[in-house]
Amino acid sequence: MNIEQIIKGIKERSPRAIARAITMVENGDVLVEDLLSSLDKEAIDSTMVFGITGPPGAGKSTLTGKIVGYCRKLGKRVGVIAVDPSSPLSGGAIHGDRIRMMEHSLDMDVVIRSMATRGRLGGLCASAGAVCRILASSGCNPIIIETVGVGQSEIDIVKIADVTALVSAPGLGDDIQALKAGLMEVADVMVVNKADKPEAQMLAVELNEIAREKGTEVILTIASEGKGVDKLYHVMEKIYLENEKKGIKQQKRIEYRKKEITDWVIEMIRSDIEKKIDSIDTDLDKDPRVVASKVASELKDVLLN
Amino acid sequence: MGDKKVYRVLIGKPGLDGHDRGAKCIARALRDSGFEVVYTGIRRTPEEIAMAAIQEDVDVVGLSSLSGAHMELFSEVVDALKKHGASDIPVIGGGIIPEEDIEELKKRGIKKVFTPGTPMEEIIKTFRELCENK
Amino acid sequence: MSNHPKYKEWEEKVLSKVLARFPERKKEFKTTGGLDLPRVALPKEIDDEYLEKLGFPGQYPFTRGVQPTMYRSRLWTMRQYAGFATAKETNERYKYLLEQGQTGLSVAFDLPTQIGYDSDHPMSKGEVGKVGVAIDSLADMEILFDEIPLDKVSTSMTINSPASILLAMYVAVGEKQGVPREKLRGTIQNDILKEYVARGTYIFPPRPSLRIITNIFEWCTKNTPLFNTISISGYHIREAGSTAVQEVAFTLANGCTYVQTAIDAGLDVNVFGKRLSFFFNATTDIIEEVAKFRAARRMWAKIMKERFGATDPRACMLRFHTQTAGHTLTAQQIDNNVVRVALQALAAVLGGTQSLHTNSKDEALTLPTEDSVRTALRTQQIIAYESGVANSIDVLGGSYLVEQLTDKIEEEAFSLIQKIDDMGGVISAIEAGFIQRQIEDSAYEYQRQIETKDRIIVGVNEFQSKDTVKVPILKIDKEVEKRQVERVKKVREQRDNSKVEACLKRLEDAARGDENLMDPILEAVKEYATIGEICGVLREVFGEYRD
Ligand code: B12
Ligand SMILES: Nc1nc2c(ncn2[C@@H]2O[C@H](COP(=O)(O)OP(=O)(O)O)[C@@H](O)[C@H]2O)c(=O)[nH]1
Ligand SMILES: [Mg+2]
Repeated sequence: MNIEQIIKGIKERSPRAIARAITMVENGDVLVEDLLSSLDKEAIDSTMVFGITGPPGAGKSTLTGKIVGYCRKLGKRVGVIAVDPSSPLSGGAIHGDRIRMMEHSLDMDVVIRSMATRGRLGGLCASAGAVCRILASSGCNPIIIETVGVGQSEIDIVKIADVTALVSAPGLGDDIQALKAGLMEVADVMVVNKADKPEAQMLAVELNEIAREKGTEVILTIASEGKGVDKLYHVMEKIYLENEKKGIKQQKRIEYRKKEITDWVIEMIRSDIEKKIDSIDTDLDKDPRVVASKVASELKDVLLN
Repeated sequence: MGDKKVYRVLIGKPGLDGHDRGAKCIARALRDSGFEVVYTGIRRTPEEIAMAAIQEDVDVVGLSSLSGAHMELFSEVVDALKKHGASDIPVIGGGIIPEEDIEELKKRGIKKVFTPGTPMEEIIKTFRELCENK
Repeated sequence: MSNHPKYKEWEEKVLSKVLARFPERKKEFKTTGGLDLPRVALPKEIDDEYLEKLGFPGQYPFTRGVQPTMYRSRLWTMRQYAGFATAKETNERYKYLLEQGQTGLSVAFDLPTQIGYDSDHPMSKGEVGKVGVAIDSLADMEILFDEIPLDKVSTSMTINSPASILLAMYVAVGEKQGVPREKLRGTIQNDILKEYVARGTYIFPPRPSLRIITNIFEWCTKNTPLFNTISISGYHIREAGSTAVQEVAFTLANGCTYVQTAIDAGLDVNVFGKRLSFFFNATTDIIEEVAKFRAARRMWAKIMKERFGATDPRACMLRFHTQTAGHTLTAQQIDNNVVRVALQALAAVLGGTQSLHTNSKDEALTLPTEDSVRTALRTQQIIAYESGVANSIDVLGGSYLVEQLTDKIEEEAFSLIQKIDDMGGVISAIEAGFIQRQIEDSAYEYQRQIETKDRIIVGVNEFQSKDTVKVPILKIDKEVEKRQVERVKKVREQRDNSKVEACLKRLEDAARGDENLMDPILEAVKEYATIGEICGVLREVFGEYRD
């Protein structure tokens, strides 16, 4: 497939073309800018991007699969980006999220793509942002990004989303504490999944207290049975529309755009920096911080001239 | 970006077979060798596996079957890929596969077949070669 | 012998009763050289610790065995798992096995049957009769047991999600043979929890699955009192890659879940508790395995008594079937497998198993041929009749090493069970992926050891040789599927379809309410409703589990 075929294929919703386009972004293909410049700006602007985050095992993939199902009932074409961490040792990853969405695999109006973080913390946001735009240009609306939310680096990914749901569930132990500590801030909606378990009520009460301060809603779902999914979808849609009306969405997107540009730039000059550092004499007497300062000020000189 | 290409592969179990010990071990071994592995779980139709392979734009599809339905199911995955214009994605397989079936599978487009006792190293090497040659 | 009062008490209260009912096979048991063999060897001093931890065979906590005479009265049941193609072919294999001296039947079903699809369902394509016998309706079951008197054999059926249906068919076949339900003996596996983590033939989500299981417990208590209503299985967990400790812990934790569910449904633990049975793996690591079986018995006894308040000792007994470890058998130098199986079978017998399946040497190639099954059965017979280990009870009991390992396995397994309890029980632990991850980690570690030669597998990663011999293998003819598909279509034509529909409607109503499902299923089965149709109704009501 050449670049023209891919660009055309995206508009024609060809699964192969979309998949190829995403790979181009992921691998930093030389022609990727041609591709990204060709995308449908209007579609990108008007596509809702939902983030689903939370600890492992909370039911995010199940929930995502069910939201997809609900959207299909509403006649919407849906895109899903499922993000999994790359192994810090090997750089590899196992993507298992699709398993819970397989019922949609033969549906040509559901595009699911797994992405690994590939050790690029900020960088992933950049790639995922571009993937969102490809999906949007192929007519997907909404787009759902599923990501494991346990630490700060994952939260960044969620910034791509216009509306983010934080999913928790009973029986996950310590993860819930971590969740409270960090992730609550990013959530526009809080979901307590596995509401078929009696302990879910307790968790909901606990979260409600925090949520009330922030003015966010807590929604109970039973993802495995599809219960509460319609409500969750409509709440997220409502938040999106309200934010759009108030200009909050646009504001967020502009901020994210800047962040994405920054990430790309850093990503793009990273190897040059590495080369530069390889070439200099990393004086063993001096503290690395001191050396870095020197290198940085040299670079700045070049940049600002 | 673009420093080193990361290879993406899919490990699938077509049909009703539930033997996933080997498939999961292979998936992990591949991950630990730097591959991104899409694992689609047990009880999938060949068509589902083929569509997942296309959407995920994987470089190789690896199929595992230990319950004797490999003849039908492996070739159906190959056929489904072809039907969707993705016959360039190589398919390999493994599991409990009698020797005389291996030749026939190769005729039907399965590039390589591995049986019990094969070292992981050899399997990973095959995946890598197929990815590199794509 | 001992003069300890507790020993005397055991002789009088436990042993003598059993001896009266099940006399020993021989008057005297001697070694080949003519030395006397005690029924059970005891330490010189019987102290409190001995009584608490080991006790006497057939007595709480059953560490040394569940019967006071063990194999001196009756050898374990030799039960080879078999099934392939259609009911007709499998029926022939069963008759062959019985002729060869096998003492129980064990049915292997094909995957469509186990997953509740008829042979003509699209998902069944290519799978019919491949790895077990294809059963679509009572018509097939009648042929499967043709000329096999159900009042004489005990039949074990490896069936889980559709266990209620196959049990109903078995009862119906019995009735046609004139054997009343009360006389039927056998076991249905009926253990759904391990399907989610290790075996993969689940259909419905956990909660409705547990309801069906409880319905079966209840119905069987009243209708088939000699049938084991469940076989709580560690075998598959181990085959999926777990360690011995994990095998025990996850199996007993599953057991706790079934018991609690049944108690919650109002059943009497002293009644249904007696019909629970277990199923474990025996690998080549003989000593660890023997310790594992002993630890499992002691743990279950404690669990039933202390956790669930069982008072009938028979409800505290862990009776189990064993299968030798398939995953240890190799496709290379397959004769070596005979040796592995012999060691594994020995471990099972030394561990006090109630029944045993020995794998065949062609395990890693395909379903076993008739010849290789015979050798596997002979292996058991050699252990039973030639080795002498069946002539005394718990022959390794008292070994410092075995006792130490028994304690260790108990301790570690209990702490793993505690961890699961802390997570809110087995179902929560499954839904959090905990149990699956534990098993996968162990499987991967095992594989890693093989790759790095930390673990030597003779003929595979060391001592290899070029295999040149061509091994005959069992091939399932393609015609089998065609014939079976035609058969099920014909059954659907020939039965009274309005009656079938009425039965299925009644089943649906029962499923939506809280009536026991066994009677509606039995009625439907008798009208030749198919497994696919019955599961179809239940799928509609209960939904499907997806992993
Ligand atoms: C473990 C096991 C089980 C476990 C499975 C646990 C699990 N979660 O995986 C349990 C006990 C549950 C089980 C159940 C059954 N089993 Co089983 N099982 C085995 C056993 C003993 C070992 C398989 C194994 O895991 N080996 C270890 C792994 C690491 O090796 P592997 O999977 O073979 O993978 C290696 C190669 O084959 C290859 N490979 C495999 N897949 C792939 C994929 C790719 C892409 C590549 C490149 C390579 C590759 O590379 C691997 C590394 O060398 C085999 C016999 C044997 N010794 O092989 C029987 C066997 C496969 N089972 C068999 C049967 C019949 C069943 C049942 C259907 C029985 C029944 N009627 O109920 C059930 C049903 C299960 C189901 N849902 O499908 C038969 C199949 C017969 C046939 N094909 O004709 C076998 C061959 C035993 C026999 N001779 O009867 N089983
Ligand atoms: N009881 C219950 N289990 C659920 C529910 N939603 C998901 N699960 C189970 O939780 C497990 C983890 O789900 P998954 O979607 O993979 O979680 P993720 O890791 O957050 O993506 C699976 O076993 C699901 O079947 C629910 O609402 N109730
Ligand atoms: Mg997930």
